[in-house]
Amino acid sequence: MDKDIVTLAIETSCDETSCAILRNGREVLSNIISSQIDIHRKFGGVVPEVASRKHIENMNLIIQEALDEAKMTFDDIDIIGVTRGPGLVGALLVGISSAKAIAYALDKPLIGVNHIEGHICANYIEHKDLEPPFTCLVVSGGHTYLIYVKDYTEYEMVGRTRDDAAGEAFDKVARTLGLSYPGGPVIDKLSKEGNPDAIPFPRVYLENDSYDFSFSGLKTAVLNYINQARQKGEEIVVKDVAASFQQAVIDVLVDKSIRLAKERKTDKIVIAGGVAANQGLRELMAQRGQEENIKILYPSNKLCTDNAAMIGSAAYFNYMKNKVSDLYLSVAPNLELI
Amino acid sequence: MKILAIDTSTVMATCAVLDEDNLLGEFSLNQNFGHSENLVPMVKTLLDNLSLKVSDIDLYGVAVGPGSFTGLRIGIATVKAFAHVYNKPIVGISTLEGLAFNLSHRGIIVPMIDARRNRVYTGIYKWENGYLNNIEEDTVMEIDQLLEHLGENYNNIMVNGNGINIHREKIKDKLGDKVEFAPNIHNTCRAASIGELALLKKDHGKLSNYFTLVPEYLRESQAQRDYKKKERDN
Ligand SMILES: [Zn+2]
Repeated sequence: MDKDIVTLAIETSCDETSCAILRNGREVLSNIISSQIDIHRKFGGVVPEVASRKHIENMNLIIQEALDEAKMTFDDIDIIGVTRGPGLVGALLVGISSAKAIAYALDKPLIGVNHIEGHICANYIEHKDLEPPFTCLVVSGGHTYLIYVKDYTEYEMVGRTRDDAAGEAFDKVARTLGLSYPGGPVIDKLSKEGNPDAIPFPRVYLENDSYDFSFSGLKTAVLNYINQARQKGEEIVVKDVAASFQQAVIDVLVDKSIRLAKERKTDKIVIAGGVAANQGLRELMAQRGQEENIKILYPSNKLCTDNAAMIGSAAYFNYMKNKVSDLYLSVAPNLELI
Repeated sequence: MKILAIDTSTVMATCAVLDEDNLLGEFSLNQNFGHSENLVPMVKTLLDNLSLKVSDIDLYGVAVGPGSFTGLRIGIATVKAFAHVYNKPIVGISTLEGLAFNLSHRGIIVPMIDARRNRVYTGIYKWENGYLNNIEEDTVMEIDQLLEHLGENYNNIMVNGNGINIHREKIKDKLGDKVEFAPNIHNTCRAASIGELALLKKDHGKLSNYFTLVPEYLRESQAQRDYKKKERDN
């Protein structure tokens, strides 16, 4: 085996300041995540300027904590990975400025990482034997993608949302139901107690052969249902609305993932992104996977949230394919996976 | 002792290396391109030309604000990371003090940085016994209010900074022959000024470090201001 590669990775794309140290892209030596969620809650969502301010306050403390926990110093670092997008521009700039300065000061390679690729790579950390090819469903607050992962760092985009991301729909429905921010985990929790068949919300499959998604119609249907019930003075059973809405989302996500896995003959479906923590999604996918003899994999909850370890894993696999950035690396707030 | 100084608080991206006796080199570009893309390559060009490495730097100076929020964070994140890797101290310098330091005027010096919507970041500085003293604290205010205040309280004023180009006519109108405009070359932030100030201040308990140093925005975020207003109104 070649010499170990130690990666220092930084992630600041949204409201988590995170730094991680990894060995060879799969072994996490430390993964420090400082969440700002309590700070943004009072604003009802992430405020970019507030997030950027918090990142610059925290950044070096988090880096030091990551080094300490990994029992390492800067001298042990071989490569530096950093999220360049997608994300909030001001937030990304803090991480990328730090990473570039560290890379130059140490004279080590810098690798700009796509945040979405990071979410996919979280699975390489979680599942040590996982290797491409596989089918991958990426679901997060900002993204919904169905991807055929050909090889490490090589992706074929098969389907994507044509309007809202799945996580976005969760947040909007949660807000209308008066649930706390962030909406996804709250709806997931309520859904366990509610009846998923209580309200027949639409499942939008688009054209027969399409792997794309659309969640805006469903979102509107849920909002209309709530408004009409309120106007008529009818009682809204929040847990039933939550469960019925969530079921409508995950039915489509799971159906299309299974269909793609069968079409491409992959024996694995990998779930990635913040919504990969959704219990309802995990359970339905597992159940359908068992019926179809397809293995279902997803990261542990900590690796589903935005974290630097997943960025470090992606940086490592890019580095192994000689995909290295230079010191002019720029942030890309609207970066697409491919 | 080698000092590396950086200022990215305005459109000017500027970095300089100094020692106790000399300005060794300065690289400044006053162009509206991304500071984040170009800052580290600029520092590298400067250090390469001086045959220096980041590990040769003993002290960092950085403009901490006021200025562009994003610009400040790029410069500060960069300096904090350099300082962190080699465990070196940092001195944070007011952007306005850095601007005032460009001038050797006998009266008062009033730097102005555009803060948009007819406001400027400003402070009042004066050379006394070889030291540049801060007479009135850095703040953000309406240009009209500032000019009225200056007209009532001071004579022999020199102004500089990017704010004076935007408000030149108004400044002339309100202050007449009480005011002198700095020549253009002294209107922009210079890392050399930040570096020399850092060297002067390092012995006066002004040392900061890569954990604690934060920008001096002088303004809360819009969201925070809106939130406070909502709280008051309720
Ligand atoms: Zn994410």
